[in-house]
Amino acid sequence: MISFELDGTAVEAASGETLWQVAQRRGIAIPHLCYAPQPGYRPDGNCRACMVEIAGERVLAPACLRRPTEGMKVSTQSDRAVFARRMVMELLVADQPPRAGAHDPDSEFWRWAERIDVTESRFPAARRWAPDTSHIAMSVNLDACIQCGLCVRACREVQVNDVIGMAYRNAAAKPVFDFDDPMGESTCVACGECVQACPTGALMPAALLDDAQQRIHYADRSVDSLCPYCGVGCQVTYHVKQDRILHVDGRDGPANRRRLCVKGRFGYDYVTHPHRLTVPLIRREGVPKRADDRVDPANPWTHFREASWEEALDRAGAGFARIRAAHGRGALAGFGSAKGSNEEAYLFQKLVRLGFGNNNVDHCTRLCHASSVAALMEGLNSGAVTAPFAAALDADVIFIIGANPSVNHPVAATFIKNAVKRGAKLIVADPRGQALSRLATHALRFTPGTDVALINALLHTIIAEGLYDRQYIEGYTEGFEALRERIAGFPPERMAEVCGVPAETLREVARLYATSRAAILFWGMGISQHVHGTDNARCLIALALITGQIGRTGTGLHPLRGQNNVQGASDAGLIPMVFPDYQPVDDPKVHAWFEAFWQAELDDRRGLTVVEIMRAVHAGTIRGMYVEGENPAMSDPDLNHARTALAELEHLVVQDLFLTETAFHADVVLPASAFAEKTGTFTNTDRRVQLARPVVPMPGDARQDWWIIQKIARRLGLEWNYAGPAEIFAEMAASMPALANITWERLEREGAVTYPVDAPDKPGNEIIFGSGFPTASGRARIVPADVAPPDELPDSDFDMVLSTGRVLEHWHTGSMTRRSVALDELEPEAIAFLAPRELARRGLHAGAMISVETRRGAIEIKIRADRDVAPNMIFIPFCYAEAAANLLTNPALDPVGKIPEFKFCAARIRPLASPLYHRS
Amino acid sequence: MLDDRDRIFTNLYGQYDWGLKGALARGDWDGTAGIIARGREAIIEEMKASGLRGRGGAGFPTGMKWSFMPKVSDGRPAYLVVNADESEPGTCKDRDILRHDPHKLIEGCLLASFAMGAHVSYIYIRGEFYNEACNLQAAIDQAYEAGLIGPNAAGSGWDFELYLHRGAGAYICGEETALLESLEGKKGMPRLKPPFPAAVGLYGCPSTVNNVESIAVAPTILRRGAAWFSALGRPKNTGTKLFCISGHVNKPCNVEEELGIPLRELIDTYAGGVRGGWDNLLAVIPGGSSVPLLPKSICDTVLMDFDSLRDVKSGLGTAAVIVMDKSTDVISAIARLAHFYKHESCGQCTPCREGTGWMMRVMNRMVQGRAESAEIDLLEQVTRQIEGHTICALGDAAAWPIQGLIRHFRPVIEERIAAYVASGATGRLAPTPVNLPRAAE
Repeated sequence: MISFELDGTAVEAASGETLWQVAQRRGIAIPHLCYAPQPGYRPDGNCRACMVEIAGERVLAPACLRRPTEGMKVSTQSDRAVFARRMVMELLVADQPPRAGAHDPDSEFWRWAERIDVTESRFPAARRWAPDTSHIAMSVNLDACIQCGLCVRACREVQVNDVIGMAYRNAAAKPVFDFDDPMGESTCVACGECVQACPTGALMPAALLDDAQQRIHYADRSVDSLCPYCGVGCQVTYHVKQDRILHVDGRDGPANRRRLCVKGRFGYDYVTHPHRLTVPLIRREGVPKRADDRVDPANPWTHFREASWEEALDRAGAGFARIRAAHGRGALAGFGSAKGSNEEAYLFQKLVRLGFGNNNVDHCTRLCHASSVAALMEGLNSGAVTAPFAAALDADVIFIIGANPSVNHPVAATFIKNAVKRGAKLIVADPRGQALSRLATHALRFTPGTDVALINALLHTIIAEGLYDRQYIEGYTEGFEALRERIAGFPPERMAEVCGVPAETLREVARLYATSRAAILFWGMGISQHVHGTDNARCLIALALITGQIGRTGTGLHPLRGQNNVQGASDAGLIPMVFPDYQPVDDPKVHAWFEAFWQAELDDRRGLTVVEIMRAVHAGTIRGMYVEGENPAMSDPDLNHARTALAELEHLVVQDLFLTETAFHADVVLPASAFAEKTGTFTNTDRRVQLARPVVPMPGDARQDWWIIQKIARRLGLEWNYAGPAEIFAEMAASMPALANITWERLEREGAVTYPVDAPDKPGNEIIFGSGFPTASGRARIVPADVAPPDELPDSDFDMVLSTGRVLEHWHTGSMTRRSVALDELEPEAIAFLAPRELARRGLHAGAMISVETRRGAIEIKIRADRDVAPNMIFIPFCYAEAAANLLTNPALDPVGKIPEFKFCAARIRPLASPLYHRS
Repeated sequence: MLDDRDRIFTNLYGQYDWGLKGALARGDWDGTAGIIARGREAIIEEMKASGLRGRGGAGFPTGMKWSFMPKVSDGRPAYLVVNADESEPGTCKDRDILRHDPHKLIEGCLLASFAMGAHVSYIYIRGEFYNEACNLQAAIDQAYEAGLIGPNAAGSGWDFELYLHRGAGAYICGEETALLESLEGKKGMPRLKPPFPAAVGLYGCPSTVNNVESIAVAPTILRRGAAWFSALGRPKNTGTKLFCISGHVNKPCNVEEELGIPLRELIDTYAGGVRGGWDNLLAVIPGGSSVPLLPKSICDTVLMDFDSLRDVKSGLGTAAVIVMDKSTDVISAIARLAHFYKHESCGQCTPCREGTGWMMRVMNRMVQGRAESAEIDLLEQVTRQIEGHTICALGDAAAWPIQGLIRHFRPVIEERIAAYVASGATGRLAPTPVNLPRAAE
């Protein structure tokens, strides 16, 4: 503690505390403009609005930056300090548009001006800049800029996107995008961090302004909730005007520390899109189902008619009951949703297990991390991450493989970038280049589908050079000797030929990872979506285990989960092999426990997985399906096959926000609740259970998902009477040891709790497995893997490799983001990414239309040139209904995880005549 | 008048060889290893005893500055950085050292670096000093070749590397922390202090930034002794100093003289007197554009040293004496300086960024008299609010000349305003009263 004098009073400051912080703590308000007392923002001391006088010093000192020393005498209210602060404000007010015509009269700047009573200036205004409205979501009005540099810190230091810089000098200094380009034409990724940081209204959400760039919209209320998109689980505040979301701010949640990405900040308006379903729909009599049929979501009346809830629910429930009675309990299946809450997921799987009478319940985890979970369960008996992504901040080495977090987990990526700026070494291994490659010490662009070869070479080096952690291996693992024997056959020289990375680089990376004080491993779909996805994950687990890079600060295994609640939906039991909390359905003890818990007879055989269910439909064994918040007609591989299956179904009930491609084939469509309309708990990629609250009312006659599931359950003879999510949560938690000590009340109070939790009053354990694993032996199992090729290799007919994935602006099948004005404006049309060299070789050019063909289908799509894509590869995001990438993908499955190989199939391209122009 | 044998810069005018041969003939590099053999402490003590005050403008005791460097490294290297970004209007003394006597500086770099435990030193030279940089680099190469610097520099056992770095033409990069930023490859923006460079300087390591002249005189002081140096000049204002005399004098020149020489004697003896005679003198800016001007009445008697000039509310600064005779429009002269500081403000902190622009605009109007009398007080007030409230001293430097003008020439401003009112002008005069080259705008 440091004792000093503040305005004549003896006070104490903690080490590192600034004068501003001490004053704030003691209730003394010191104006501040360039200082944002927010996580990640360093004080800069440039605005001089917080100057205080220190006895014995000739010049005034900025309180935001200055730390007290023993015996210092500080005056915040001396005439000189007050006068200096007022003069700063007066100089700044001079150049502002008058408050009445200000872009944001409610800005931090004007509030401080008002508070210190300097809202007018004796000084004439200087010349200012013209507005820049080139961006769909953000407006730039630098006439209000005070050059405080918060936007620069937001862009370069917090989000590390390095787009904004402070250019020029003297009074001409101004924030610029790239080389002083209009914002909308710059490399801005629209995270909006600068908008949130700007204290003046110079950078604002465009949605708040009129054409004259004046703020006309003010929220009438604000609701704290979560972002609906990815597994990062950002906490947000929704600002609402007349029951419509007006704009969004990041909240200081444990996962996001006030940061957001473009989807979370600007992608909120899909909930009020005119396509929203507002009444239940029943398929018109005599309208046949055809696999290639398309329905206009704006006009469902060609295929459907409006129905009352009573009629629709009766029709939906009766269809299931009829099939169950006629064909037995194996003839039904359900897809739950990783976008719904834990309570909805729990209720849905319970409906399938009790109401349908089987375990045919699955969800999109099968399409993303099923193989990772399989490998993790096998090795550690735990399907979740061992450390939160923010553990990267404590790591010396960060190894990312098969993941592109700056696109798919943008906020998680910011913490990785922060770590790199702090000095951590970054290894990025991916066939495709990415934004993080620029920051990487080693960017390994390996041959697609050769993950096992690459990682085995690392394992080989670590064992051959004795870099493994013998003590850790002996204490906490089993199976090392088997690995040692098997891995001898994978020397870097031989693996280099397979994976295309030089042997010496492989050795360097192995050494870097193994010998670092703390190394953390991230992976994504690039690892999991292969026929050898489980093997890929096994190798990564082995890598962490033999080096002891797990269970400590800054270490761990982190498969980056995709959907906002894919972790929670899996935990809650939307998986055919396991009951809630990964308890095997075919374990007699578990089975008996759940029969007693649910007081019902349960199937003790594993159910079918997503792709298996589609095959079973074709085989005629599955005849009815309930699809809640999923879109297999876009997300499954080999869509022609999947869509044919959906069209063949005797009875299909789809519960969703929009008339999705899946709903085209439905018998009954039930209008459900959007994320922003419901209460519920959601579990992020860090195992963090967080509470979402309703922000806006549901449109028309749409209903809560849990309510709809319950109504259908009752029509299948289940006497359910849940009052709401809190009651469902309580029952769910009682069946899930992982949720011990997490109650609804606690979530309401704390907002977020990470499991496992040791006691009701203790915070959750962020980093787990510090002393052993929850396996029978207490040890983790090391499982070696062999190199296996992808299922479908290029040949003379199909000479290229197709890989699928996502773009920053669009979420999965696009049903939400393509209905967001800003997001769809930023990425409006279907595009295929190809290397410029490949284009040149084939005489193609960016912007031209091509046909991409595989053995399963063909799509027509526009080319975008992208150096991040390897030659001879095509990358297509699967979000575009008009050119659905999954018409092309290969449904071959990983034998353990049952995940399809989305990341690799053989394809060919054919130029299409461009109607617009030709280039010789 | 300074005795020739007490002159340090014996090739100030470049009549002799600026290279190593000439330098050796002038006594440079004589017994350098022997000086180093005295040890760090002894060198710093000698410098302290000499009373040398920094020649860059602030006048901080050089020996004391060196003593702030850590005695034992915490693992970080230490750096000496030489500020050769001489850009203060009126100042051209370092330039003559750099082009005519570079070995004095190079030897000084070695000795100073040794005294502060630095094995590496950087010279940051003004970008416009192209020919000077050529000479200096050639001299550095000669020194390397002769083994005077590099490993075991001058046979002293001390390893020493010296790098020359050229600036890109921003006045602000002469501010020591902006210089460090620029040297690191960043935009030249001053850093907030504390921490001071001696603790966290170049690349986050302990660093000392010294002016060219301060470093170049060090070898001579160490050779001839602190007693010799401190016997020159006046108490607390010891030694010799390079003066740059420009403006309305008959023979503008650079000259080395004792500190404390009367201003009138300096001008009359070396610059051939004021144009039209001493009585034709209007005012003098005694220390470069940043210091307040002095009217003739003070110039009659003032002595040219740090403390004497401080006592008359001005400063020695860089000892650039800018002489203005009675033909000068003094308001216009200061308005031109206001434009300079507005143009060179880095734009980082509010009072300087906004204040320099506003002051320039008011000054421009005052040149015409297109202002209210009350605005003189407002102008004065703004200068007081800039002074001491900015991140670096550029704000002070922009404020002081205007303060000097108002202090000594307020009646002239008021007369101008009155004349403007009397002329019946409506404020629609030509908008740019100061005649500026277009490029400066």
